[in-house]
Amino acid sequence: GVIECPGPDKDIRRFDGNLRLLPPFIDNDVCPLTIKNTILQSCYLRNTEWACGVAVYTGKKGKWIKLVWWAHYLGKCYSNETKLGMTRGIPEPKLTAVDAMIDKLTGAIFVFQIVVVIVLGTAGNVWKDTEARKQWYVLYPQEFPWYELLVIPLRFELLCSIMIPISIKVSLDLVKSLYAKFIDWDYEMIDPETDTPSHATNTAISEDLAQVEYILTDKTGTLTENRMIFRRCCIGGIFYGNETGDALKDVGLLNAITSGSPDVIRFLTVMAVCNTVIPAKSKAGAILYKAQSQDEEALVHAAAQLHMVLVNKNASILEIKFNGSVLQYEILETLEFTSDRKRMSVVVKDCHSGNISLLSKGADEAILPYAHAGQQTRTFVEAVEQYSQLGLRTLCLAWREVEEDEYQEWSLMFKEASSTLIDREWRIAEVCQRLEHDLKVLGVTAIEDRLQDGVPETIETLRKAGINFWMLTGDKQNTAIQIALSCNFISPEPKGQLLSIDGKTEDEVCRSLERVLLTMRITTSEPKDVAFVVDGWALEIALKHYRKAFTELAILSRTAICCRVTPSQKAQLVELLKSCDYRTLAIGDGGNDVRMIQKADIGVGISGREGLQAARAADYSIGKFRFLKRLILVHGRYSYNRTAFLSQYSFYKSLLICFIQIFFSFISGLSGTSLFNSVSLMAYNVFYTSIPVLVSTIDKDLSEGTVMQHPQILFYCQAGRLLNPSTFAGWFGRPLFHGREAIVAFVISIHVYAYEKSEMEEVSMVALSGCIWLQAFVVALETNSFTVFQHLAIWGNLVAFYIINWIFSAIPSSGMYTIMFRLCSQPSYWITMFLIVAAGMGPIVALKYFRYTYRASKINILQQAERMGGPILSLGTIEPQPRAIEKDVAPLSITQPRSRSPVYEPLLSDSPNTRRSFGSGTPFDFFQSPSRLSSIYSRNCKDN
Amino acid sequence: MEVEGGNTSANDAVARKIPIQSRRAKVFYQFTQQNLPACKPVLTPSWIVTTFLLMGVIFIPIGLVTLRTSHSVIEIVERYDTECIPEKFRGNKVSYIKDSTILKNCSLYLKVPKHMKAPIYIYYQLDNYYQNHRRYVKSRNDQQLLHGLKYNDTSSCQPEDSNNGLPIVPCGLIAWSLFNDTFKFIRESSELVVNRKNIAWKSDRNHKFGKQVYPFNFQNGTFIGGGSLDPSVPLSDQEDLIVWMRTAALPSFRKMYGRIEEDLDADDVIAVHLMNNYNTYSFGGKKKLVLSTSSWLGGKNDFLGVAYVFVGSSSIIISLVFMLLHVKNPRPYGETAYLSWNR
Repeated sequence: GVIECPGPDKDIRRFDGNLRLLPPFIDNDVCPLTIKNTILQSCYLRNTEWACGVAVYTGKKGKWIKLVWWAHYLGKCYSNETKLGMTRGIPEPKLTAVDAMIDKLTGAIFVFQIVVVIVLGTAGNVWKDTEARKQWYVLYPQEFPWYELLVIPLRFELLCSIMIPISIKVSLDLVKSLYAKFIDWDYEMIDPETDTPSHATNTAISEDLAQVEYILTDKTGTLTENRMIFRRCCIGGIFYGNETGDALKDVGLLNAITSGSPDVIRFLTVMAVCNTVIPAKSKAGAILYKAQSQDEEALVHAAAQLHMVLVNKNASILEIKFNGSVLQYEILETLEFTSDRKRMSVVVKDCHSGNISLLSKGADEAILPYAHAGQQTRTFVEAVEQYSQLGLRTLCLAWREVEEDEYQEWSLMFKEASSTLIDREWRIAEVCQRLEHDLKVLGVTAIEDRLQDGVPETIETLRKAGINFWMLTGDKQNTAIQIALSCNFISPEPKGQLLSIDGKTEDEVCRSLERVLLTMRITTSEPKDVAFVVDGWALEIALKHYRKAFTELAILSRTAICCRVTPSQKAQLVELLKSCDYRTLAIGDGGNDVRMIQKADIGVGISGREGLQAARAADYSIGKFRFLKRLILVHGRYSYNRTAFLSQYSFYKSLLICFIQIFFSFISGLSGTSLFNSVSLMAYNVFYTSIPVLVSTIDKDLSEGTVMQHPQILFYCQAGRLLNPSTFAGWFGRPLFHGREAIVAFVISIHVYAYEKSEMEEVSMVALSGCIWLQAFVVALETNSFTVFQHLAIWGNLVAFYIINWIFSAIPSSGMYTIMFRLCSQPSYWITMFLIVAAGMGPIVALKYFRYTYRASKINILQQAERMGGPILSLGTIEPQPRAIEKDVAPLSITQPRSRSPVYEPLLSDSPNTRRSFGSGTPFDFFQSPSRLSSIYSRNCKDN
Repeated sequence: MEVEGGNTSANDAVARKIPIQSRRAKVFYQFTQQNLPACKPVLTPSWIVTTFLLMGVIFIPIGLVTLRTSHSVIEIVERYDTECIPEKFRGNKVSYIKDSTILKNCSLYLKVPKHMKAPIYIYYQLDNYYQNHRRYVKSRNDQQLLHGLKYNDTSSCQPEDSNNGLPIVPCGLIAWSLFNDTFKFIRESSELVVNRKNIAWKSDRNHKFGKQVYPFNFQNGTFIGGGSLDPSVPLSDQEDLIVWMRTAALPSFRKMYGRIEEDLDADDVIAVHLMNNYNTYSFGGKKKLVLSTSSWLGGKNDFLGVAYVFVGSSSIIISLVFMLLHVKNPRPYGETAYLSWNR
């Protein structure tokens, strides 16, 4: 046979192919192949004893080979084809912005070093020719080969090589792994339900967490718990579950079942039969349900609890146990759920009576219009409205009897439609339509998919921190909008504005894109939250043909909802934002998020119910969405601050010692003499100055509580305010101008130790210990919170410096034999040290105090507030707000018990009323305009 | 300053869950949660003003004491490099100094300004002499100085490592350029006793220069540098050499020549008979003779005292400026209203 199928595309939910069998078998019989016959790469096939199949779409990334395979057609089998995972991508190594900045600065220092070497080398050669020739005691030969000219520059190169701290890489790796450990250790980020701690797989990118500008989030399982529970129903106009909030415990419903009310029985039958759930018996004998759709699983579970148990599904025979009797149905045809149809139906034949009936379930607007003429649907509309206001996902159930003839006739048409290659979906929908009419509506079910705890608060806080959210979901538009509303993602009408980009053709998309863009441009000045919604199809066109316009839109918009997007589109969006130089964070929980997670600067996986695929591919895995707040604001921010300090300090201390060497070269005839011996130099870099600064990894500038209350402070990190060329210039200039430590230490040591005391080893040790003393005080001044470790490291290091040098001074063969004992017994040495500290630190302290008080940064203000113990809860009212939804919505419902706190998600309720009633006049004032302004400000800062 | 216990409410739940057995476990737990009790210093105006004021109050007296000590040191500095050239050679000093046939004796007369208490240290001072030049500093061999001819890898001593195929002991430029002016002090026709023992560090004599190492093949080359050494005296007793080999870090330095162990009275006139052998003329270096007493801070050096007084008075000024600023323009501390996003 031959498989006919289109070339591979990025839509993994579709596969329209045909299997044509060649003459030796049945002549030209065409079997339709759909996504149902397809298994994607690395999927497991369960509950199947054997299967035979053909591989289609094999190939490597970018290069696709379409293969046509010959295969034996073996009766009734599942034909399994692999559509080689376009969901997969190859992760790239990630480099943090901070690392990139450090690399840049290292480059700058290197250039500076070269300049110094060339200048001093040339000057040295000139001095040699003019002065050193006269210094007979140096005994320069009169003639020398040309390469002698290189000797002095090369000596300076050696002297200046310490300018670039090699230890910085080691220190950074060390502290980065500690940051990662802090994330692993954090008790507040352990999922209380499953006891899974958070985990940092990638230990190298913690700083980037604080620089995130865009968060791209998946919806189901990330924002929601992805656990559907059947809560309420309305059967034949009677509401069940309104009093208790749980229909399964409603006495009225239970009574109706025992009394055998036909409507209720029929309702339960539809719940149990009309689905694609596969029951499986566990070894203990209990029945487990495997379902693609969590909604269906919830319905089947509920039916089972109401004594309508789906026992077995065997090929096309379905067994149901009801009140002790077993009912068997033969499934004749399954009319699948598609997003356009918004309903699914099954045609079943009662094996007992032989009656054929059509059982349907679907969104209200997909079922209610097709009710048979005589039925009143008003109660159902009311029910749907009431449920969706509570945030429940509603489904309408309906049925109708089908005559044998009608079925036979329709069945042929259906088969034909299923085999078309062009527009198959549409054709099938059309055929299905012919059967799905004159339905008797049975009732409405309401399922809740709870938002995870703390989702609205988390989004609210992070948004205040200037982070933009994009929701990328495979779900349909309405669902996405509903959930976006309920979790503060977008604001309803008066405050926010939702612009939609749609269209099926290029022109339509182009027009709507331009319209949206225009609106965006106008409203950027207004404090209004504008978001745009785009679906996968339009997105595909926009990305392909209007990339520039779409990019501009992406930059303008703080919020976006992309629905019906494929994994690779998710990854493309990440790429798009990355190409505009934004730091992106992708968070998701399922296998379809893996590519986006790998592509983004930071990938966060939620180790949730959809397995560990995302968590494994991610850089960080957390148990719940709300931990993202802590991950970014606490861990990300601290990591960034600490790395910023550590890296700049590393450069600073190297420069300090290097400047002293350079100064010394001016008084040593520019010959490249090293003032310090090699042991001291090495110990200075790797030991004396590294240990104190390493404990800055446990320094906290602000307490966690303060950061959580003032998430805006994150903007210092986002805009890279703490580590950029200008702050670096501050640290760079520090040894020279600002604090003049190098000058101070050098000038004081050479003046005090002049004349009869100007012995080389002694001067060198005085200058070195002056540096060490200064270092200790500089670190102490830059430390925000002193814990035991800080004291131990800073002052302990100072003591260790003396102990180590005493040990060296006790070894007769070492160059500095007795030097340190000699110095320590001189009062002038100690007086000199105090002078160096006072003269070096005085200006720095004064300057810092002045800035801290009169030019205070926001961090300083919060520090002051925090430490003076004053009330800092000026913004602390974030949490109570989301509860307001409940309060405002509650009066609309009729008999709504007000005891429940979680926010629900309406899913299938597509009625336009729902949204309107959601937005009507309720003050959803979650977005505070300043946060938006501050973020615009931050971006401006970044541009500057 | 205050000590913060950390976020206790969040900890309580966990603390109950994880029984904290020991102090160490508790500290480790606090460490993992980044919740160690910490002291967070605040730069409050009063703290800053007091600190600077205190610093000034401490530094100025120390500075004054240091200055006084420095002034109590009496020092006579006499430059002799030009005066010791006879008039007729003034035009060509280098040829005079290089001419080994001329006896280069010279006399100076020093007047003692104040009573000088013994011991009086005699230094010679060289200016514009780069003992810290890299080529010079490296040209020595510590192993040879200690072990003598037993240690024959003298490549570090280049270009003064060997002569006529034989190694030089002590090798290297430093030893080769040994200072060789000599001084004699006469007060009222009686010669002052100059103690030239123990002028070098004891540690150097005992551990750096060998007791069994005698000069060998020294200053035998075609080009003679500085002074020569008595081949019968071991290096550990050649104290002039030991002093010279402690290279100076600055281009202007003093090295000890000896000690006068009697007091000198004010207005005493001391005649110095010196042999002006050492060549500093080719590079324009100065030679000075220094007689100085000593104090607990060492020789005469006003720098420390002046610096202390300067730092002390500037910190008092800073503290006054900050006090004024604070009084004139009080800044409410930790006012979150200043946060731009709250405006």
